[in-house]
Amino acid sequence: MSTDRSHHHILSVLVQNRAGVLARVATLFARRAYNIFSLAVAPTEDENFSRITIVVDIEMTSLEQITKQLFKLIDVIKITELDPRTSVERELLLATVRAEPDQRRQVVELTQIFEGKILAVGNNALTVSLEGNPNKLDDFEDLIRAHGIVELQRTGRVALPKLEREGGRAVRPLRGKVS
Amino acid sequence: MKITGAQALIKSLEMENVEVIFGLPGGCILPAYDPLLDSTIRHILVRHEQGAGHMAEGYAHVTGRPGVAMVTSGPAATNMVTPLCDAYLDSIPMVVITGQVATFAIGTDAFQECDTLGITRSVTKHNELIMTADDVPMAVRQAFHIATTGRPGPVLLDVPKDVLTSSMEWYWPTDQEVRDSLPGYRPNVKGHPRMIREAAKLIMTSERPVLYVGGGILKARAAAALKELAELTNIHVVTTLMARGAFPDSHPLCLGMPGMHGNATATTALQRSDLLITLGARFDDRITGKVSTFAPEAKVIHVDIDPAEQGKVRKPDIPIVGDCKQVIEEITKEIRALMAAGELQADISAWKSRISGWREQFPYTYEPSLPGDALKPQFCLEMLRDNAPEDTILVSGVGQHQMWSSQYWRFEKPYTWVNSGGLGTMGFSVPAAIGAKVGHPEATVWAIDGDGCFQMTAQELVTAALERIPVKIAILNNSYLGMVRQWQEMFYEERYSEVYLSPEVPDFVKWAEAMGCIGIRVDSPEEVLPAIEKANSIDDRPVIIDFRVDAREKVFPMVPAGAANDDLLLPDSQMANKKFLQ
Repeated sequence: MSTDRSHHHILSVLVQNRAGVLARVATLFARRAYNIFSLAVAPTEDENFSRITIVVDIEMTSLEQITKQLFKLIDVIKITELDPRTSVERELLLATVRAEPDQRRQVVELTQIFEGKILAVGNNALTVSLEGNPNKLDDFEDLIRAHGIVELQRTGRVALPKLEREGGRAVRPLRGKVS
Repeated sequence: MKITGAQALIKSLEMENVEVIFGLPGGCILPAYDPLLDSTIRHILVRHEQGAGHMAEGYAHVTGRPGVAMVTSGPAATNMVTPLCDAYLDSIPMVVITGQVATFAIGTDAFQECDTLGITRSVTKHNELIMTADDVPMAVRQAFHIATTGRPGPVLLDVPKDVLTSSMEWYWPTDQEVRDSLPGYRPNVKGHPRMIREAAKLIMTSERPVLYVGGGILKARAAAALKELAELTNIHVVTTLMARGAFPDSHPLCLGMPGMHGNATATTALQRSDLLITLGARFDDRITGKVSTFAPEAKVIHVDIDPAEQGKVRKPDIPIVGDCKQVIEEITKEIRALMAAGELQADISAWKSRISGWREQFPYTYEPSLPGDALKPQFCLEMLRDNAPEDTILVSGVGQHQMWSSQYWRFEKPYTWVNSGGLGTMGFSVPAAIGAKVGHPEATVWAIDGDGCFQMTAQELVTAALERIPVKIAILNNSYLGMVRQWQEMFYEERYSEVYLSPEVPDFVKWAEAMGCIGIRVDSPEEVLPAIEKANSIDDRPVIIDFRVDAREKVFPMVPAGAANDDLLLPDSQMANKKFLQ
């Protein structure tokens, strides 16, 4: 699950909230042989629009092509490339971890250290949730793997630009590269 | 005023000034065919939906207006996929209307249901499923707006049967409403002023410039602007397969087609250039050969209305996103200003004399047939060309005959050449020629076809005969899938695999007659001219000439697939001189 994120780019794609938009975006990626690493989509504060957060692992040159091709979709309104250094990223992880009674304490402790939550307790397993920066989720995932992961699901990340500060007050989002 | 969705659809098409629809009715689209009876729009009933699509393309090619095709759901929609993809790759404005099963039946695998939207998503500029009758006028307006602006392309509207039968209150959206409804669609037409200034400077200082001109020039209706720029700067022009006719072949600055089967001069001029002034062209692999070895010393000015073409294949030094006509005019203005300010254009005379040398040594050539030998396809083309009435529109299928058409015809005016460049759709020519003739009934339309291509879509000659669309078809019949045969001869050690058709079956003359056309068979060189004269004199029905040509004839020059343009293969008679292509 964890991957080299050094090449990862986050595209925040504002689209019209209409039937089939996600299919258009997905078709474009498939058609042009680009890989999506993760993808999250939901309506924005304005219900006419949705935001698709796409993480892609590619070279800069192909990223420019992807962005331009994406922008040709009629339903795509704005594309912002978010630099991981100047944006806030969050992801949610759910995992059912093997935890025999004598191991349970360690799993609970680990979850608490990461500020995760215990969602369900079974005889020999726990279901936990963890929200946070994707790197933190990677670390947690590595650590619980030793106990045995029964099932695991991550949402893929969502991201927004960090706020620019003027005199200590956040005024507007830092602009990413906008197309 | 309450009307049905079907009436709204036809009325919307009338409002968009549609004069002709190419189509074929069926179950789900049936309601739309009823109000069509009362409409001023002409409908041309095809024999296969693919034909309707290519006819719409041919119509759009020669008129610049969007071609319109209307067919039913399911198999009709899937038959439309090839024309849609063809139009997408060649940036042809087209609006296709498909019927769809009723909204409540969508997703149930109903009779003649298919996922038209899903299937056509990657071969259309945009597609849309209309879910209520109220949306019909806006959807139609959006479709025409999207198809004809920016980089043109095909748009498909999928219309469920119950949408056609339910009623709506008629309205016609304003331009502003259409724009507001498409917040994500803002094609950029005006080039960046700084880039334009830099382009002008670079043109003035380059010693080996070439105008590399593609189909975008025709889409932007920029032929006159191009001529002005070329003549002002005295720079040679190469016209890609899609741009034939954009610059007159008789013009001293015209080098013709470059690329895989282009002439050696045009291809080499690109290779040795220090500046490619790229106008509405997209560095297609048929032009560049091996990309890493293409025009190695050239800087690139790239003018294209589609931002995604910038840097897709070749990184431009000066990218200019905008409408070709506007940008060329701006560049010309800028160059005039520089000249008026006393700046001198770099000396390009040495470059021009190199080009003249190549032109003298490397014209297109073939060995004329000796008496008693088989007819040469190139000879047929020369005779067709020399006897064609003025303003003849030439249409071709795909393969050897297409390349010979581009090589041997003399294109003097824009919009007189129709072919399938990007997708390479065999079977394109017969229906496209019909569409072209419908668009320009006063012009003579000659289609050059191969015997392989012809058999793919020839049923549309029935349409042409019955609708009184007198196109002329010249089949260069070598009883082979000629281009494939050429590759097998050259690259597969003459191991001919599944390329031999038949010299006896079908009998094209009988076939023509059975379809209500006139058929003429030509076997020997002396029969060529009388047959062409006869064909040119017939104007009340389609004519098909079956030219029986030499199957051994190959298209030269040729850059083998994946090879560098420097490694082009010349005809035997010129190969010894190849060293002069420096």
